[in-house]
Amino acid sequence: MTAVHVLGMLPEALVFAGALMVLIVGSYLPRRRLWWTRVIAVAALIGALIAGAVQMAGSDSSTFAGTFVVDSVTGVARVITPLATVLVILVAGEEISGSARESESYALLLSATAGVLVLSGAQDLLVLAVGYLLASIPIYALIGMARSPAAAEAAMKTYLLGALSGILLLLGVTLLFGGTGTTAYGELRGLLAEIPAPIVVAGSVGVVAGLLFKAGGVPLHFWVPDAAQGAQGFVAMFVTTVPKIGALIALYRLVEILPGGLAWPGLIGGIAVASMTLGNLAAFWQDDPRRLLGWSTVSQVGFLLVPVAAAGRSDLALPALLFYLAGYTVTNIAAFAVTTAVPAARELSAYRGIGRTQPWLTGALIVALLGLLGTPPLALFVGKLTTASAAWEAGAAWLAIAVFVNTLLSLVYYLRWIVPCLQTSTGVEHSAPQHVSVRVAAAAAGVSVALGVAAGLVFGVVG
Amino acid sequence: MLSLLVFLPLAAAAVLVAAPRITDAAARWLWVVVAAAEVILTVGIWATYTAPKPGELAFDEQVPWIPGVNSSYHVGVDGLSLPLVIMTAVVFLACAVYSLRGSERSRAQAALFLFLQCVSIGLFVAADLILFFVFFDLSIVAMYFVITGWGHGQAGRSAMKFFLYTFLGSLALLVGFIGLYIAAQPHTFDMVELTAATPLAGSSVTGGLVLGAILLGLAVKTPTFPFHTWLPSAHTDAPAIGSAVLAGVLLKMGTYGFVRIAMPMLPQSWRSWAWVIVAVGIVSVLYGALVALAQKNLKRMIAYTSVNHMGYIVMALGAAGLIAGSTAEARSIAVTGAVTQMVSHGLITGALFLIAGVLYDRAGTYELDAYGGLAGAAPKLATLFAVGAFASLGLPGFSGFIAEFQMFTGSIAAAPVTAVALPGIVITAALFLRAFQQVFTGPAGGRSVGFVDLRAHETVPTATLLVLSVVIGVLPAPLLALIEPAAATVIGLLGR
Repeated sequence: MTAVHVLGMLPEALVFAGALMVLIVGSYLPRRRLWWTRVIAVAALIGALIAGAVQMAGSDSSTFAGTFVVDSVTGVARVITPLATVLVILVAGEEISGSARESESYALLLSATAGVLVLSGAQDLLVLAVGYLLASIPIYALIGMARSPAAAEAAMKTYLLGALSGILLLLGVTLLFGGTGTTAYGELRGLLAEIPAPIVVAGSVGVVAGLLFKAGGVPLHFWVPDAAQGAQGFVAMFVTTVPKIGALIALYRLVEILPGGLAWPGLIGGIAVASMTLGNLAAFWQDDPRRLLGWSTVSQVGFLLVPVAAAGRSDLALPALLFYLAGYTVTNIAAFAVTTAVPAARELSAYRGIGRTQPWLTGALIVALLGLLGTPPLALFVGKLTTASAAWEAGAAWLAIAVFVNTLLSLVYYLRWIVPCLQTSTGVEHSAPQHVSVRVAAAAAGVSVALGVAAGLVFGVVG
Repeated sequence: MLSLLVFLPLAAAAVLVAAPRITDAAARWLWVVVAAAEVILTVGIWATYTAPKPGELAFDEQVPWIPGVNSSYHVGVDGLSLPLVIMTAVVFLACAVYSLRGSERSRAQAALFLFLQCVSIGLFVAADLILFFVFFDLSIVAMYFVITGWGHGQAGRSAMKFFLYTFLGSLALLVGFIGLYIAAQPHTFDMVELTAATPLAGSSVTGGLVLGAILLGLAVKTPTFPFHTWLPSAHTDAPAIGSAVLAGVLLKMGTYGFVRIAMPMLPQSWRSWAWVIVAVGIVSVLYGALVALAQKNLKRMIAYTSVNHMGYIVMALGAAGLIAGSTAEARSIAVTGAVTQMVSHGLITGALFLIAGVLYDRAGTYELDAYGGLAGAAPKLATLFAVGAFASLGLPGFSGFIAEFQMFTGSIAAAPVTAVALPGIVITAALFLRAFQQVFTGPAGGRSVGFVDLRAHETVPTATLLVLSVVIGVLPAPLLALIEPAAATVIGLLGR
């Protein structure tokens, strides 16, 4: 366990090296050749993806003195995360191609991705803190990059909330370390049961708060709708999708080592219900599609927290979480890619009549929204099904029922978006959509269908 | 064989979507050809069908789908599902022929209906709860797009109401399914295994709650009183063929769920709740009939008679759960009647909605008092409407009589109190006669002037559906021979 397999963190290293490379190369290239940095970024991510997939095929191992684990969970994160970032970069390439901040944006995306990967494999509270910072700081900059008042406000909000929750996280780590004298999960697992419960509770609540900020869950969700609305399209896509992967996996791993006897399943379950309900209710009357999606992601975090609440008490919890994460990632990317395909449409009514002029884009949007809703046979249906089953199996049938009540609530606002698309046009000419975004949307929607239909195969990998 | 039956329409729909070069006319003919092929396939299945042993299915096919939760692609038919599969194929063919003269965006419409046919047949042959749910939910989505895309009046509003309401039902259903899954050891979604295991036999509280969730889901879809409020508006604003499929096929998904899932998998709970179910059925019968009597809009009227007709089924199935003395045979007759009623209602109401569609197509309104003396201008329409109305009110010689006779025989034998539902038949008779008089007899007036009678593409499907109803009414033996063993099996399962 003490051996240092440097290669164990090859995907993380590749992504981070890619970030540095993009930064350096980008500062020497003229603007019209900045697309080279995009190539480098995508190459680094694909390299990480391949390395991660190869390591997943091997046996579980840990590295850096047991502080980072390479198991099937890390493996899944290493496949989804780079893939998601590649899609984000494709959309970004269209949105900011040739702009002054192109290469910096890619560099920030890559370092945040590296942070997410570190988070998902962390087996030590300090590594967790490093991952948290690496994933958070680039995001503040990315959100502010749009240079609009809305973006500035969103960046400020994100920064303040992020700083607060970062402090809470570090405080929690300090408390747990102070109580047990260790930060390694392997040792904490046994020691946490022996120290006074208040220290465990205060410490773990602090860490959970930090991770909730990353995931964008209630009560640290305030930055999400603002960021989704104010930031550039690809940034909105990234911050509402990728950090959740690392944060929720880290949360799951943390909850797993907490001693039994504490009421943490109830706490996580309560946060889950609050997140889905608040996200849904707030999304009801949004008129800006991206803000609507922002609130919808808050509610999705609620669904994602359900298997975390069932951790350790149901064999289905972990595969359900991973499957939901994979399905959520592609579906949410598809939905955001539709908004970047028609960047001028910033009201739901602007989608009126788009069904006739843009059948593929509309198809992708309908698949994405019905997918987020959890309609069979799309990916998130299987996600919601297994999630609710896991909760019920863990003895929390109320949580399963909350999932379905909230699913019904969410139908209202997803339909509010679908309806104008199918109405006849008011005669307003739609400008030609952004081609890359349309393709990303269609491809992601296609993957969401495939994930649902071929759920058995995927479950074989994550389960 | 069954997979071909399920996925052939889906493949055709995919072709229609993927090839924008296909003209609308070609799309309509492709639709008819595929729908006809489906009818031939179902007849072929019927010809080679032999009743499976209890606890098994004919034409069984099983492929693992999501092994993590023990869900598989499992399909098969028995005497409960095969009649509905055949009826579904016939109703969809009728709709395809009816649409031959075309409406706007025929290619998309054909693709959507072929998709709807895939999920409808898929639902009736599904032998896995998740597969069943997938088709159940997709039928809602497809019907939503049918109403918004081709409806009239306040189509958007009605479609939204329909979606919200039935989606609530489907989620309740899913909660119930998960309850069954968790209770079963080992956990499974397979219907055959769950039927054999009756997982919640020992716990009446959980069993009652799970049954409650499943009943809620199915009751919304059926719909029974008090969950029927989505139905009239959805029907009124849907296009004619949409209404025909909604009433003919989609409503059956609810009642089919009772006999396929609720009764065999939760027999103890069903028996405990039988009186409640009987009561809901009786109220639906009487309430549906009375409200239908008060309607001035033809389509709303037919929609409420559906609540009435579905009420008989719910009443009969509830009565089947009232175990007392030596009533097993009577209760088996009630179940047979219920399944016969599902087929019969599909054919008759499908035809009536197609006729109502003709009225709207020519005159733009469903209001009964907008017409008068229409029999003079449109004798064929008048004849077919009269036949449909008599069939619907359960006159001997039509399938409705066979079904209602059996349901009442069985129910009254098991619980004499169900006789209070008999006035439902009288009220239905009254309202159909009144509607007929108002629209077709008397001096020609209002929108009847210049009314063009039925054209061939409208006559053929409507007449075919009604002829089939007469065939069942006169020669019920082949159909009953198909249903009776399965009904007896259900009664056997309920007795555990």
